[in-house]
Amino acid sequence: MRSMPGKTLYDKIWDGHVVTEQDGEAILYIDLHLIHEVTTPQAFAGLRASHRPVRRPDRTLAVADHNVPTEGQALGIGAVADEEARLQLQTLERNVKEHGIEFFPMGDIRNGIVHVVGPEQGRTQPGMTIVCGDSHTSTHGAFGALAHGIGTSEVEHVLATQTLRQKKARNFRVNIEGEPIPGVGAKDYALAVIGEIGTAGGTGYVIEYAGSAIRALSMEGRMTLCNLTIEAGARAGLVAPDETTFDYLRGRPSAPKGGAWEMALSYWKTFFSDDDAAWDREITLDAGKIAPLVTWGTSPEDVLAVTDRVPDPESFDTPGKRASAVQALEYMGLTAGQPISDAKVDVVFIGSCTNSRIEDLRAAAKIAEGRKVASHVRAMVVPGSGLVRAQAEDEGLDEIFLAAGFEWREPGCSMCLAMNPDKVPPGQRCASTSNRNFEGRQGRAGRTHLMSPVMAAAAAIAGHIADVRDYL
Amino acid sequence: MQAFTRLDATLAPLPLANIDTDQIIPKQFLKTVEREGLAKGLFYDLRFDGEGRPKPDFVLNRPEFKGAGVLVAGDNFGCGSSREHAPWALMDFGIRCVVSTSFADIFYNNCFQNGLLPVVLKADEVASLMDEAKGGNHLVTVDLEAQTVVAPSGRTYAFAIDPQRKEKMLKGLDAIGETLTRAADIDVYEMRQALAKPWLEDA
Ligand code: SF4
Repeated sequence: MRSMPGKTLYDKIWDGHVVTEQDGEAILYIDLHLIHEVTTPQAFAGLRASHRPVRRPDRTLAVADHNVPTEGQALGIGAVADEEARLQLQTLERNVKEHGIEFFPMGDIRNGIVHVVGPEQGRTQPGMTIVCGDSHTSTHGAFGALAHGIGTSEVEHVLATQTLRQKKARNFRVNIEGEPIPGVGAKDYALAVIGEIGTAGGTGYVIEYAGSAIRALSMEGRMTLCNLTIEAGARAGLVAPDETTFDYLRGRPSAPKGGAWEMALSYWKTFFSDDDAAWDREITLDAGKIAPLVTWGTSPEDVLAVTDRVPDPESFDTPGKRASAVQALEYMGLTAGQPISDAKVDVVFIGSCTNSRIEDLRAAAKIAEGRKVASHVRAMVVPGSGLVRAQAEDEGLDEIFLAAGFEWREPGCSMCLAMNPDKVPPGQRCASTSNRNFEGRQGRAGRTHLMSPVMAAAAAIAGHIADVRDYL
Repeated sequence: MQAFTRLDATLAPLPLANIDTDQIIPKQFLKTVEREGLAKGLFYDLRFDGEGRPKPDFVLNRPEFKGAGVLVAGDNFGCGSSREHAPWALMDFGIRCVVSTSFADIFYNNCFQNGLLPVVLKADEVASLMDEAKGGNHLVTVDLEAQTVVAPSGRTYAFAIDPQRKEKMLKGLDAIGETLTRAADIDVYEMRQALAKPWLEDA
């Protein structure tokens, strides 16, 4: 008799959270629901219209991040000039009060980008199911939690039932082995994976990252990698929890304490993929072969090494891709065949839920230290949370950035999607540590090149896209 | 959710790959606290120039595609942000069905929450539908019950769809109401979990 095949990490989390099945869908229990101001007003309005309460306010945590200005936050709502943004923030405040949901308002040191705050508070834990009305919820998979974005109707569903109706995705393992060259890190790994499989390459899958290069990553690096998993189209990214994970969690405000810690730890240690687990797809990358990467186009799969030239649209294999590449080059103001490092930058943005954690800021500061931002460049650093900002200030990173000519801002999503006043002006080129280079993402007609924090810092100094290896 | 059964409508071609939800509805329209009224922001930067004037070449601005109810688009439609404003804006504009070779996961789910039908066809089928849409006759019929798209030429394309999703869309069922019929199961699950993982209870 053949024994049952082993389970993947995803299988284990899934199996432990199926409440029941109905009409061919699982009703999946949600351990943690993160919410913010942009994707929730219509959900709360729906609850109100149908007289439904929030089932588990204690499993829900709210922040204000997408709309908030990155200066003057101590003034509270008065700092928000945009009337519609103010209404949205006030609506969130009213909704969380009405339903008894914990909320870190703008200006609270614990506030920040939702995907920075959850882990930082110790709310994100291994083996959990976590959702948020935001696609980059995949970030939390770094802890070995099944975490993904949902739409507003699903936000309402989770508020009302603490469950989500789901069909199971398939299992995809991405192995990254070996040691990276200096200047290369998690952001480059993520871009390399997207470049390899494409922005739809992960569709229908949950990706687990494994291999020696992943084990060697810090929690910050793992979060960067899982954050960008959604840009490969996958439902979620996962890294199995290990000592790095437990060390990160120990002592966090919402992490279990004392005897409860020991109990939680033995539970968390059950979350790994069995050796004989079956994978629907698997690829392996060699970390040592990955160069510092940047994007040239308007899709995160438009990736090239910083030493490469902008591709010719004719080199793509389908008419749709060729048409998209022609449009991308025109939008980006680039010519096929030009070295990407020729591209002069006007704006540098170091921030977003991809790269605004303390380690990202430390790495960027190292490049900036003792150097000056090119005179034509506006460069800004936006820490991911009030606590990251405070920590960075304790370490003197703010002074390094300020001395080099960077702006040191208050936390929030900021120029990642430019819903607040921080925007890339039309036609200007931005070296950005965020996650999306879509047309207009950072401001109407703004041009975005995605890259790591050290590459962005190097671009700020050089005034054009630059190879960080020249600045190490 | 609005039910979807059968639709006779104008088909508009949008031959671009990776149309993301930022393009479908740019961020400046996300500050609303309502679901309605988003049609004005649909494909804003494709539809309008920097001064807010309609771009005459954009498919949905062309008179022959006025009142389009079905879009046929390139690969990986709806990638990017989870914003449900994207299906809301399409619906508010009058679009009830999008045809592509593939859809991003969250967008695909969001469609089914709102009665917007995402139809997946093979690459050569999407290409020939796209060609037909560029021709003189733009009328298509999308029949969810029969799972077919009938092109202007009369050519019929069959599509696959999950039977449960189809059923719900045909009837316009409310997912929350359905799930709440299982509230007792959720109660039991929570009681078991509270015993197994007590550290999550006093967080
Ligand atoms: S930082 Fe950017 S990607 Fe992250 S949650 Fe905010 S807007 Fe979304």
